[in-house]
Amino acid sequence: MATTPPINQPLITGQQSYATIDESIGRLVLQQRIHPRAWWIMATFGVLGTCLLGLSITWLVYQGIGIWGNNIPVAWSFDIVNFVWWIGIGHAGTLISAILLLMRQQWRNSINRFSEAMTIFAVMCAAIYPVLHTGRPWVSYWLFPFWNIMAVWPQFRSPLMWDVFAVSTYFTVSLLFWFMGLVPDFANLRDRATNKPAKVVFGLVALGWRNSNQHWHRYEQAYLLLAGISTPLVLSVHSIVSFDFAVSIMPGWNVSIFPPYFVAGAVFAGFAMVLTFAIPVRKMYKLEHLITDRHIDWMSKITMATGLIVAYGYVLEAFFSWYGANTFEFALFRHIRWTGPYSWAYWMLIFCNVVAPNLFWWPYARRNPWCVMIICQFVSLGMWLERFVIIPMSLMNNYLPSSNRPYYPTFWDIAMYAGTIGFFTMMMFLFIRFLPVINFFEIKDLLYKTIKKGNPAVEPVETVALSGGG
Amino acid sequence: MESNEKKEQTRLDLTAVKGKLAGKSGKKYWRSLEEVAETPEFQRFLDDEFPNRSSLAQINRRDLIKFMGASVALAGLSGCRGVFLPEDKVVPYVKQPEELVTGVPLYYASTVVMAGYGTGVLVEQHEGRPIMLSGNPDHPASLGSLDIFSQSETLSFYDPDRPTAPMHYDLTEERTPGEELVGDESTWPDFTQKLEDQLKEIKDGSRIRVLTGTVTSPTLTSLIQGFLAKHPGSRWHAWEPVGQTNAHLGTAMAYSRPLNTAYDFSQAKVIVALDSDFLSPAELPGSLRYARQFANGRRVMGSGGDMNRLYAFESTPGLVGMIADHRWPVRAADVFGIAMQLASELGVPGAQAGSVPAPLGTAIKAIADNLKENSGACIVVAGPHQPAQVHALALAINAALGSIGKTVIHTEPVESTAVGGAVQDLKTLVADMNAGAVDALFIVDSNPGYTAPADLPFADAIKKVKFKVQLGNNEDETTDLVDWHLPMSLPLESWGDVRAFDGTASIIQPVIVPLFDSRSPLEFFALLAGKPASGYNLLRDHWRGKLPGDFEKSWRKVLNDGVIANTSATPVQPPAAQLSGITAPPMVQGTEVVFRADPSIYDGRFANNGWLQEVPKPLSKVTWDNAIYISPDTALKVGNGGVVSDDLVSLQVGDKTIVAPVFVQPGHANDSVTVHLGFGRTRGGIVATVRTEREGGGFNAYTIRNGGVGYIGGAVLSRVGGQYELASTQGHSPLNGDRIIDERDVIRDFTLAEFKEKLAKGGEEPLKPEDAPSHEDIAKQNLFPEQVFVWDGPQWGMSIDMNTCIGCNACVVACQAENNIPVVGKEQVARHREMHWIRIDRYYSGTDENPQATWQPVMCVHCELAPCEPVCPVAATVHSHEGLNQMIYNRCVGTRYCSNNCPYKVRRFNYLNYSDNQPNFTDRLEGAVFNQSLIPGPFHTPHKTGTELLRLMNNPDVSVRGRGVMEKCTYCVQRINAARIEAKKAGRDIRDGEIVTACQQACPTKTIVFGNVADKNSAVSKIKADPRAYLLLEEVQTRPRTSHLARLRNPNPAIPATNTEAQA
Repeated sequence: MATTPPINQPLITGQQSYATIDESIGRLVLQQRIHPRAWWIMATFGVLGTCLLGLSITWLVYQGIGIWGNNIPVAWSFDIVNFVWWIGIGHAGTLISAILLLMRQQWRNSINRFSEAMTIFAVMCAAIYPVLHTGRPWVSYWLFPFWNIMAVWPQFRSPLMWDVFAVSTYFTVSLLFWFMGLVPDFANLRDRATNKPAKVVFGLVALGWRNSNQHWHRYEQAYLLLAGISTPLVLSVHSIVSFDFAVSIMPGWNVSIFPPYFVAGAVFAGFAMVLTFAIPVRKMYKLEHLITDRHIDWMSKITMATGLIVAYGYVLEAFFSWYGANTFEFALFRHIRWTGPYSWAYWMLIFCNVVAPNLFWWPYARRNPWCVMIICQFVSLGMWLERFVIIPMSLMNNYLPSSNRPYYPTFWDIAMYAGTIGFFTMMMFLFIRFLPVINFFEIKDLLYKTIKKGNPAVEPVETVALSGGG
Repeated sequence: MESNEKKEQTRLDLTAVKGKLAGKSGKKYWRSLEEVAETPEFQRFLDDEFPNRSSLAQINRRDLIKFMGASVALAGLSGCRGVFLPEDKVVPYVKQPEELVTGVPLYYASTVVMAGYGTGVLVEQHEGRPIMLSGNPDHPASLGSLDIFSQSETLSFYDPDRPTAPMHYDLTEERTPGEELVGDESTWPDFTQKLEDQLKEIKDGSRIRVLTGTVTSPTLTSLIQGFLAKHPGSRWHAWEPVGQTNAHLGTAMAYSRPLNTAYDFSQAKVIVALDSDFLSPAELPGSLRYARQFANGRRVMGSGGDMNRLYAFESTPGLVGMIADHRWPVRAADVFGIAMQLASELGVPGAQAGSVPAPLGTAIKAIADNLKENSGACIVVAGPHQPAQVHALALAINAALGSIGKTVIHTEPVESTAVGGAVQDLKTLVADMNAGAVDALFIVDSNPGYTAPADLPFADAIKKVKFKVQLGNNEDETTDLVDWHLPMSLPLESWGDVRAFDGTASIIQPVIVPLFDSRSPLEFFALLAGKPASGYNLLRDHWRGKLPGDFEKSWRKVLNDGVIANTSATPVQPPAAQLSGITAPPMVQGTEVVFRADPSIYDGRFANNGWLQEVPKPLSKVTWDNAIYISPDTALKVGNGGVVSDDLVSLQVGDKTIVAPVFVQPGHANDSVTVHLGFGRTRGGIVATVRTEREGGGFNAYTIRNGGVGYIGGAVLSRVGGQYELASTQGHSPLNGDRIIDERDVIRDFTLAEFKEKLAKGGEEPLKPEDAPSHEDIAKQNLFPEQVFVWDGPQWGMSIDMNTCIGCNACVVACQAENNIPVVGKEQVARHREMHWIRIDRYYSGTDENPQATWQPVMCVHCELAPCEPVCPVAATVHSHEGLNQMIYNRCVGTRYCSNNCPYKVRRFNYLNYSDNQPNFTDRLEGAVFNQSLIPGPFHTPHKTGTELLRLMNNPDVSVRGRGVMEKCTYCVQRINAARIEAKKAGRDIRDGEIVTACQQACPTKTIVFGNVADKNSAVSKIKADPRAYLLLEEVQTRPRTSHLARLRNPNPAIPATNTEAQA
C-alpha cells in the first residue's frame, strides 16, 4: 500500500493579511448578500423544526408524558437518550476551547468559536429534556436547592441532583467562556459596522473594549482562568451524566467503566458534530483558507482515537458481564443486546461506532470531505444508538422476567427529537448570520506567528496596523 | 437608626416589687413581676388589643405599596390553583347524622349477589357513601374473603351508565337498520298506570310470564309466587347462561330428583377435578369457601404438616389445573370416558371400562388406588359445563367412596329456579311466545337478548309479545327488544335477602339511599302485584314469624350479623346413585368448542365494570378482550404453517362463524378450543360496548352457542389473515417474560417429599420463632453497620405463601378498590402502563403441552435498603421508621428514576391523568340529576357528570393521584395509621392481626399475612421463620420486608412425572 504523504500545509492558506481575515470573517455578519440560498434553506428548516419542538412541548405539557412511548419498566427512553446525546455533542466545544488552549494547540483557533457555540446550543437542547420529561414539569424547579416554605431540600444522594449542578455549571461556564472570547470580536465588528443598529448593538456587547494593552492583559488572564475551570468540566459533566446509570443497580446500567467511556463517547460524538458543521460551512462561505484540510484531517484523527476508546469500552462491558459472573448482567447481553428483537440496535451501534471510524486509518478517508461527512453521520447515529442500547434496552430486561416488556416510540417521541435538531440548526445558522463564526483576533495571532515563522505558503500582502479586534 | 429609635425600657425595680408583694397572702394572683411593678411596658401591653404586632401605623407608604403589590401578585397566583390543582370545596354538615363521626367509617353487614347466590360482605361507609367491601366472616360463602365479582360491586354501583329513570320505547317507530332506538324518559307512576291498563286487558293469566335469572331469595320467591297466584295460569321462567343446571340434572339422573351439591374440602385428602375449576368464582358459587378449605389442606408449616392431593383433568387451563399436583389436558368431550374409566377402576356398580389412552389408563388406576386409600376423605368434582352424565358419574364415584354426607353434602336445591321445579326454562318461553301465547313478559335482571342460545329465536319470538318490561341495572341488548326498561336498585341501595350456595339466607342491607329513581326486584314485584311497598317492609313482612324469639330483637341481630342463623339447607341422605340409566353424551366430532364464563366478566353481566375488564385473566393475563384459546399443537395445525397469538382466525360451528384473535395457551387440550362468553356487547354501557382493537371489547361467543351447551363439536378453525393485538400484562412479547432464564432464584418450587428430604439432609430445621436470629444479630454480621436499618418500634412486614396462592386476582381488585387505583383502558395496558399495585406473576415450567404454573404475587416489598430512595432527586420516596417505603405524592415531580432502579418493578406511574381523565364518561349523565333529595351527606352535588359520580367511590383515606406522579403499594398505610390511632387512644400497642391489608383481607386462601416483624410472636414473624420462606432477589441486597414462601407440590409417587400426556 502506497503511503500518502502527510499534509504539510500551514493552518492558514492563501495570500492573507489582517485585512483579508477581517474581511472573510466579518462579511458574514456585516453583509447580508453574502449568505447563499443554502443559508435560507437551513434556517427555514431550523425554524420549522423549532415550531415542531414548540408544538411537541405544548402537547406534552398539556397532555402528560403519556404521549411518549415510555412505560413500566422502560420509564426512560427517548427523553434521556436525547438528553445524553445532546450533552455529549457539546463536549467537543469545551475540549477544543479549553484543553487545546491550555495545550497551546494553535489549530484550535479557527474552530473554537463555532464549536463553543455548538456546545451552548447543544446544552440548551439537552436541558429541555430533564425539565420536560418529568411528570409534573411545573414543579421541576424543586430539583434546585432553594429556600422554600416546605422546608425540604433536594436529595443530594441522587445522581439526578448531581446532573442539575453539572449541567447548569457546564452551561454557565461555557456561556461565559464563549462570551468572553467574543468581546474583542464584538469590538472589531463595532468598528467595522456601517449601519447604525449594528454599531449600537455590537458597541453595547463589546463592553467598552478599546483594545488597550491593559484590556488585553486582563483578557488573557481571565480567558486562561476560564479555560482552567472548563478543563475539569470536560471530564466531569459526562462522568456525572453517566452516574445516572452507573450508580443504579440495574443490569446494563451498573457498569463501573461508564464515566471514562461516556467522556470518550462525548468527545467522539462532539467532534463528529463539529465536522458535520465545519465541512459544509467552510464550503458555503469559502473559508477553506481558515479551516483547512489539515484541520479536517486532525479532527478526523481525534474522532477515530476517541472512537477506539469507546470501542474498548464496549469490549470491556461485554467481557465483564461474562467475567463478573453476574447472571442478570450477562443475560442482558445474551437475550437483549446480542439476540432478541432489538439486537439490530446493538449491532448497528457496533458498526457505526467501531467499524466505520476505523476507515480514518486510511488518509484518503480523512481528506475526502464527503467521506468524512458520511463517517461522521454514522458516528452521530451510533452514539445515539449507544444511549438507546444502554437506556431503554437495559430497562426492557429485568431481574424478574415477568416484568420484561418491550418499548416502542410514538410520533411525539420522534417529533420532539426532530424538534431539538431543528432548534439546534436554527440557532447555529442564526449564529452564522449574526456573530463571527471564527475568532478574528486568534486567527490574526496565528497569522502573525505563521508569518514570523516564515512559512512560505503564506504570503502576506500587506501588514496593517492592528485595528479593532486585534 | 434603629438603635436610636429603640425605646429605653424601664428597668424592673425588684425592690419595689418586693415591697408591693410583702405581706400579701390569700387569693390575689399575679402573672408576672412586671405586672406587680406596674411598668409602663406592661401597661401598654395591657392596653393594646393586639400587643405583639407591628401597628399598621408603623408601616410606611413604600412598604404599604410593596405589600399591596405583592398581595395582588400572589392573589393572581392563587388563580393558578384551578389550573393545576383540583379545586376543593369544604362543606360542613348542617345536620350531623347520628353515629357519624366525619372521617371515621361505619361498617354494615350486607350481601352482594352473584348470579343469584349471595356472598356476605361488610360495607365500609364513609360519610354516607359505600366505599369498600370486605367479606363477612360469619357468612359461609365468604368466610371474610371476597372474589373479584363481589369486590367490584362498588364500581358497578357508581357506574355512570346506570339508567336514571324508567324509559319507554316505542318499538313500532320506523327505523333504519342499525339505528339506535331512542326512548322517552318516563316515570314510575306512568309505568304503573300503563301496567294496570295492560294487566286489566289481559284476561287470561297464562298469557303473563316472568323471566328471571337464578333466584334464591326467599322474599323475592314469595313475592313472585304472590304475583303469579294473583294471575292464575301465569308462569315463571328462568334462564341462566352459565349456571348449575347440569349439576342439578346430574343429581336428577343419579337420584331421580334434583339435589344441591356442596363440598367440604376441609376433610378431603384426595380431590379429583373432572374439568372443574372449583376454585374459580366464575364456576361455583361456593368457591371462596372451597378455596379456603382447600388451601388449609395444603398449608405446610415448618417440616410438619401434610398436603391434600389434587388431580385435575382439564380442557381449558384454569386455577385448579395450575395448583394441581397432577394435571392432564383432555378435551371436554373426553372427560366422560375418563370418569367412566375411573368409576370402573373403583368398581362402581354399572360402570363400564372406558377407552382411554394407555398411559392415562395407568394414571387413572393410580388415582383410583389413591382414592380407595382415602375412602370417605376424597372428592370427585365435575365442572358445571360438563354434561349431566359426568356429574352423575362423579356422584356415583363419591357414593362408592363413601364421601356422600362427609365431604359431599346433598341438600334440597337452594334455588327457587332449579330444574325439575315449578319454574320453567327459556326454551318453553320462546316456544310459547312464538305460538303467540304470551301477552305480557316481565324480565327481571336477565339479558336473554344477548345470552340466549344461538338456535333459540328469542329476539324474534319476543316481538309477538304485546307488553314487554325489563327491570335491570343497566340497559342492555334485551332493552332493544322491550317496551319498558326500568332501573333496578342494586344491593348497596336496597333491601333484600338472598341465599348462599349452601342455603344460608342473609340480608341485603342498603347503606345509601338509591342514587337514581330505581326499584329493587322486591319492590318491583310488589308493584306488579298491585301492592306497592318499600323493600324494607316487604322484607320484614316476609321474615316476621320466621325468626326465633322476639322479632324486633332477632331482626336487629340479623342486621348486625348480616346472616340469618341456622338457615342453611338441611343435608339429605340421597338414595343409592343409579348408573344404569346413564348413556354416554353424544360424541363430539372434530375440534370441540368449550364455552366458559369469562374469568373476569362472567357471562357478560360485568362487562361494564372497568376493574373487571382490566384485571388480567389468571393465565393468559389478557385484559379487555376474549380470545380463541388453543393449544400450541393445535395452533400449528391451523391454516398453512399455523397461527400465533394475535392472529385472526375464523371459528366455524355449523352455519355460524365468528372471527376472533387466537391466544396460544400452553396446557390447553389439543383439538379443543375455548371461548369465553360475555364479550362483544352491543349495548350495556360505555365500557361494555367498546368494540375496537384499540379499546378491546372482544367478540360475542353466544352467537355460535347452540342450545346453551358447555361444549360443542365440529368446529373448524381457519386463518383469515390480519392480526388483532391482545393487551396482555405478562409475557406475550418477544422478551421471555414467561420463563425464568439462567436458573434465577425467583421461584422456589419443591415437591413435598423433596422438601422434607432437603430439610432432613441439609439440617435446615424449621426455626422456632424464639430461635430465629434477631434483627440485631443479623445486623452485627454486617460489615457496614451504619447501613443497617434500625428497628425501633413496630416494623411492618408481610409474607406471601406461594403454596396456597391460587392466582384468583381477588387481591388485585381489592387493592384497586381500597387504594383508588384508576382504570387505564386497553390502549394503555398495551403500552404496559396498567396501574395495579399488585401483580400476580405467572411462570410456566415443563412442556408447552402441559406446563405447570406457579403464581407469585408481587407488590412493593418495602426493602430496608430500598434502591428507589437514594435516586429520587426530590426525596419523594423515603423510609419511615417503621420500615415502610413511603411515596410522597405531593413531592413527586415524576422523574421515574425510582421505577428504573426498582429491581421488582412494582412502581406505577401516572403517564396520563388516569384518575380523572375518563373522556368516555365526561358527557355521561350530563344534565341528569342524582336523586338529590335522597342523597345524604356533604358530597350532595346535583348536576354532576359521570366522572364525578365515579369520584364518589374514592376512598377518602387514600390520596387520588394526579398525572405525573409515581405510586405503588403502601402496605395499606391508611389502615396502619387508623389502627395506630385506635391503639394510641387506648394507650396500648397495636395488636397482632389488628391491621389487615386490603389484599390480605380479600385473599380467599389466606396466602398473605401482614404484621409486625419486630414482634417475634406475631403471625408474620412465625411464617417468616419458616424454612420455606425466602426473600425475593435477596442477592440484590435490598432486604425486602416481604417474604415469599416456596411452592410445594404433592405428586403421587405411583404416577411418573412424565405421565402428563392425556391425548393420543
